[in-house]
Amino acid sequence: MTARVVHYINQFFAGLGGEDTASVLPASREGAVGPGRKLQQLLGDDYEIVATVWCGDDHAAGPDVLPAIMDLVRAAEPHVVVTGPAFTSGRYGLACARVAAASAAAGLTVVACMHPDNPGLDEAGTAPVVASGEVARQMGPSLETLAAAVRKVAAGEPLAADDGRVGKIPRRNVTVDQTGAERAVALVLARLGGDREATEVPLPRFDQVTPAQPVDDVSTALVALVTEGALVPDANPDSLESARATRWLRYAVDGRDALPAGEYRSVHGGFSTVWANEDPHRILPLDVARQLEGEGVIGRLHGEYLVTAGNGTSVGNARRFGVEWAADLRRQGVQAALLTAT
Amino acid sequence: MERAGIPTALLCNLTSIAERVGAPRIVPTRGIPYPTGDPSLSAEAERAWRRRLVERGLEAVATAVHGPTIFPMDAAPHGEQ
Repeated sequence: MTARVVHYINQFFAGLGGEDTASVLPASREGAVGPGRKLQQLLGDDYEIVATVWCGDDHAAGPDVLPAIMDLVRAAEPHVVVTGPAFTSGRYGLACARVAAASAAAGLTVVACMHPDNPGLDEAGTAPVVASGEVARQMGPSLETLAAAVRKVAAGEPLAADDGRVGKIPRRNVTVDQTGAERAVALVLARLGGDREATEVPLPRFDQVTPAQPVDDVSTALVALVTEGALVPDANPDSLESARATRWLRYAVDGRDALPAGEYRSVHGGFSTVWANEDPHRILPLDVARQLEGEGVIGRLHGEYLVTAGNGTSVGNARRFGVEWAADLRRQGVQAALLTAT
Repeated sequence: MERAGIPTALLCNLTSIAERVGAPRIVPTRGIPYPTGDPSLSAEAERAWRRRLVERGLEAVATAVHGPTIFPMDAAPHGEQ
């Protein structure tokens, strides 16, 4: 019996276009599309990619579209769901991870594929993810890793680091002969000997960011104010955390030209909020931004500000917030942003 | 956000950290608790300072950069170009 595979990709790999089509809604087609064709070849006759589901990255990284994507996935009655390879594309990776997590939660066999540094990786939860290369040029080897992983998960076998598994690999306790002290000394000696890689705990790696193209003309641009200074309405109605934030929020500034003291405050736990609470514009400069908009220096100010608390935020969450903010702002046509950090 | 094509000016105090994590457009502020403020100034002067900071941020998002670049208030932008 042929195993039915459903493949999730994004608008670019579906051949619809690039950033210009990043807002396309979820859709599907019978059979393999784009990189799915090579994946089908690698999987061979025992597997059939019966449907390909895609969604524009800006929507897929937003909050509401997952049910629609999952409806399309389930409609094709898969034995295995495959998402990606997403390489280092943040929005695409987030989408792949979420579809993988939702598939796993629905009891479906699934495997996702993205680069280990992809900001979306953590969202896969316990759904297995295998490593792709960094860039789409590495599609070939990435698909080979993925095809091998599909065969394993379809057979009910667990994926391990040797299969290229990345992300949350369920912990297995092992006993080793050397004590922690002995292993620590061994690591120090290795480091002194020139080995800069040896470690028992890989630290987060900060990847290189390719800067965005500059705005052509600020006087016609839609500009957003965003902050990690935890500035919220005084009652903190949505319970933004003061540290280790797990969420971000949005508040309207449309029609406002000021954030009065007493109406807004900072709930950030990482610094004394006395000055911020005396004058919220010390965190979010709405007063002068509105003035500049009125004078025609800024084309238009975005109608809301985005906020989180940047205090002990995990790298994973911070990356996810950035990807989600990018998708949210792009969906609304924002062209540039000022981010205040505390 | 930069990766998604939205040039973003980061107004922050700890610019060396911003550089290390690769933020492309950095505007130095005067204090952690008041990124767009300066409580040592009179209200009017502080607001003028805030306006200059925001204007510098707008310049930054309108400037092509190749890597982490600092846009100080009273000097030319600098960074590894």
